[in-house]
Amino acid sequence: MSERIPVVKIGRVLIASIPSDLGDDTALLLQEDLSKQIVEHAASGVIIDISALDIVDTFIGRMLARLASISRVLDALTIVVGMRPAVAITLTELGLTLGGVRTAINSDRAFEILQSLDVREEDDLADLADHVS
Amino acid sequence: MSTTNATRQIFTLLQDQRERIFPRWIEAVGARSRGRRSSAETQVELRPIFDALVAGVSGGGVNVDNPAYDELRAILAEYSRARARQGFTPSETAFAIFALREAALDTIHDASGSLDYADTAAFSKLVDGLGLITFEAFALARETVIVNQNEQLLELSTPVIKLWDGILAVPLVGTLDSARTQVVMEGLLQALVDTGSSHAIIDITGVPAVDTQVAQHLLKTVVAARLMGAECVISGIRPQIAQTIVDLGIEFGDIPTKANLADALKLAFARAGLHVRKLGLNA
Repeated sequence: MSERIPVVKIGRVLIASIPSDLGDDTALLLQEDLSKQIVEHAASGVIIDISALDIVDTFIGRMLARLASISRVLDALTIVVGMRPAVAITLTELGLTLGGVRTAINSDRAFEILQSLDVREEDDLADLADHVS
Repeated sequence: MSTTNATRQIFTLLQDQRERIFPRWIEAVGARSRGRRSSAETQVELRPIFDALVAGVSGGGVNVDNPAYDELRAILAEYSRARARQGFTPSETAFAIFALREAALDTIHDASGSLDYADTAAFSKLVDGLGLITFEAFALARETVIVNQNEQLLELSTPVIKLWDGILAVPLVGTLDSARTQVVMEGLLQALVDTGSSHAIIDITGVPAVDTQVAQHLLKTVVAARLMGAECVISGIRPQIAQTIVDLGIEFGDIPTKANLADALKLAFARAGLHVRKLGLNA
């Protein structure tokens, strides 16, 4: 029985923290849980905290990219936060750039980004409504 | 057989003629110290060396590698280290040891005693061995000083400054090599995490030249910062450097570059959603 990563919901944002011993099964369960909850709560953003990770390899890189793609399809933005300096340096040295994955320095900053996007979206919708009427 | 004989000879010589050899030695070393050392100071410094030498010869013969010489080796190393730190030249330091040979041989000559060839050669070899020890310790001490200074320089030249809430700056001064880039990168990334900043300005006003390697290092730093969710601006590009960059065909891609720090700060403000406005005179 593999462990489930708890997903916390704050407003329209879902937060998951990746444990240091992430396995295939756990990653798959997280993917399922997140996609289900994004739909359920109509989430506009997903914050994934990787501050527990000492190493980010291709497996985790691919998982993050997949989570980002899935949430994008469901109209939610995924932001990866808490990458350690050592991890960033190693990824750079290896030439891995985590393309397509948005990152922020900490969850506060990620919330700001998501909130500003929400505001912009509402403005756009309001403009559209004005235009139609 | 001859070695034991030589050992006994040298030992007796050092022991019996101690009162004559030692003052001569002090005098010879004092003459070369150009007034930086009083003869009393020289005595204090050299007496343990002489004593340890006598002990060494009695226990280990003329072979400097013998464990009986361990104490002498330690004393000599400490003496050389102290001299290296005090700014004596290597030859001055080695001379202090070599002067012992002259002092001893002169003493024998004056006493009209004689040391046969084999003994003289053995004694010479012994003193040479001691000289080499001082030399090695001296070089090692100098190297340690250089390594320490290098480290201090690395720390000195890579401060990370907080310009505004969420905006950091790294003014780079001096040549960028891989080691320094690593220190800069680590310092900047750690500061980004510690302060929760999302904007960084790398100012290269103080970097004398930018070649492909330096550019590569800068790019790496920016990419690593991006991975962590922070945006970088490179500023302080001087006209000559701009020309070199173009001549070398270096591409900074979508990394913004600015001529001076003020412009970079303005861009960082805009990205952080801040607006700087001049107040009216009556406001």
